Amino acid sequence: MMANPKMVGLILTFLLVGGVVGYITGWYIAGSSMTGRGLTVTETRFVGEGAKTSTITERVTVTVHGLTQTTGPLAGDILIDGSSTVYPITEAVAEAFMKTYPAVKISVGISGTGGGFKRFIMGETDINDASRPILMSEAQTAEANGIRWIEIPVAIDGLVIVVNRENDWVECLTFSELKKIWEPESTVTKWSDIREGWPDEPIRLYGPGPDSGTFDYFTERVIGKLKASRTDYIASEDDNVLVAGVEGERYALGYFGYAYYPYAADKIKIVAVRDDSIPDASCVTPTDETVSSYKYPLSRPLFLYVNKRSWDEKPWLREFVYFYLENGERFVKQVSYTPLPSNYYKMAVATLKAGITDGLYSLSQISMWKNAGPH
Amino acid sequence: MGNQILIGTGRRGVKLKKILDKLLPFILSIAVFIAVATIVSLLITLITTGGHRLSWNLILNYPSSNPEEAGMRSAILGSIFTVGLSALICIPLSIATAIFLVEYSRGGRLASILSYNISNLAGVPSVVFGVVGLGFLAYGLGMGRTVITGAFTLAVLTLPLVTVTCVEALKTVPDDLRQGAYALGATTVQVVRRVVLPRALPMMLTGGILGISRALGEAAPILVVSGLLFIREDPVSLFSKFTVMPLQLYNWISRPQPAFVELSSAGIIILLLILLALNALAISLRQLLVRRMEQLWR
Repeated sequence: MMANPKMVGLILTFLLVGGVVGYITGWYIAGSSMTGRGLTVTETRFVGEGAKTSTITERVTVTVHGLTQTTGPLAGDILIDGSSTVYPITEAVAEAFMKTYPAVKISVGISGTGGGFKRFIMGETDINDASRPILMSEAQTAEANGIRWIEIPVAIDGLVIVVNRENDWVECLTFSELKKIWEPESTVTKWSDIREGWPDEPIRLYGPGPDSGTFDYFTERVIGKLKASRTDYIASEDDNVLVAGVEGERYALGYFGYAYYPYAADKIKIVAVRDDSIPDASCVTPTDETVSSYKYPLSRPLFLYVNKRSWDEKPWLREFVYFYLENGERFVKQVSYTPLPSNYYKMAVATLKAGITDGLYSLSQISMWKNAGPH
Repeated sequence: MGNQILIGTGRRGVKLKKILDKLLPFILSIAVFIAVATIVSLLITLITTGGHRLSWNLILNYPSSNPEEAGMRSAILGSIFTVGLSALICIPLSIATAIFLVEYSRGGRLASILSYNISNLAGVPSVVFGVVGLGFLAYGLGMGRTVITGAFTLAVLTLPLVTVTCVEALKTVPDDLRQGAYALGATTVQVVRRVVLPRALPMMLTGGILGISRALGEAAPILVVSGLLFIREDPVSLFSKFTVMPLQLYNWISRPQPAFVELSSAGIIILLLILLALNALAISLRQLLVRRMEQLWR
């Protein structure tokens, strides 16, 4: 029955005709909804350029769009690329959003934070998922290309330092100890090299490979220089491999994303961390509470970067971002990341709806904590 | 030294030779056992971890954050589109290249330079082809990150592999047959079409299938060329956005939730089934060709 050529021909014709009709309809709907009217206010403000004495004038267009949302069904494309760490959240939100608004077609990529930014700063994508803030070099290219963006923190991920379950000597490590272990040309080869009295046994290190945002964050935060790490450790992008390694070796030490930890909690032992660059800091064990409040020093924010032009021109994209933030807490928990404080999400939506598109980072209260990482 | 003892005609040498002769099959069978055991244990692991996740959902549904609903529909269709198209581009090109190298410029300087470079190209890491595809096809020629770019990238990736097999296939055709045909006054075109190709085609087909199998399993170049994973629409044209199965499998397997790791195993089973189906198709095609050729001979 499957090989009936008539049947196959029929299905192919159906697919072809259906495809063409669908394509035209989609295009028609997408085209017609572009004409949403909005109130546009233009203002001029001064922006200080860091330590430089000169100030540059920047024209900021604020679009108030509470008015546009009543016109017609939402339809159009949203192209998202970027971090594979943020991907599970965006996937969950996009899926739920498309169930409500089937005419909005969202595609999400996993090119990595850096790879995604390369596309984003060329204006190719509407949104970039990022597990670190945009770099200065990326921001400069974006500026040269006339791309402006809205930075929206959406969740928190932490790094966890783990050891074997039979390890009974480590309870807490300080930043300077971690740096001593992981810095390039590190002289640490045995546990006794880290602290007096620890076993005189070779230490086995496990960590993510250099293409991951987790690696970028760890090196910048702990070693103090982006991508500076010793290289003689077992690297894998797949956290399962890291867990299996640490689980199997008594003298192992490794690090990976906090989202993974709950699924591996019974296989390995977690180590508390103390940021000894801050006086009187104490050892903090990562829990949902300490990670989301940034008490845990290896917490990092996850971001969405939204292209400003897409934001202004695509009402369905604005609706998607509102949806993302309004339901953020639920989806972030669903995919085992740590949400930001729940009032942040409400405030962020209100701020965006009021037409204010910057300062969301300080709204998330992240910058109040020194240990929130470089920004 | 050891060789001399073995080759030597002394009593001890003869004895050693005989022992080695008896032992060799066992040593070889250990090699076979290791290869087979690896594959079997892989299959058993896949089926035990992912077997219960096999369902129509996995084939018919779009990607989802809920493992119960998640499927690879867009990835399967994307794989079939790009790999199918790449085979259509790659196999004729490879056969043409091979015919040129073997039938027209055999022994020539150009041919030796070309074939040397083609063999080298076969060893280039696949991600390099992805970067070339992105820079040259997607941006240079303005084709964008679409099905057609993916197909061309995979075609270029598999081209050296398939060409090398096709060259070998042509070389297996005995020269006597060519000389005989030429002696009867046949032109090169006639020789290639009537004598060489029918004999070489079955092996060429094997090469083509090897190429397709490789293209089907490639994640790295597609990650560079497309980068997309979550797509909830089918590819409908050459200029559609697309994703492929290995990307989806890799993403699932690196997630913390065990359900996704199981899904990944189930997805691999489907990928293997597709490969098996392709291989079966190639083998039956080859049998058909061989049978037709035998009829030709009579």
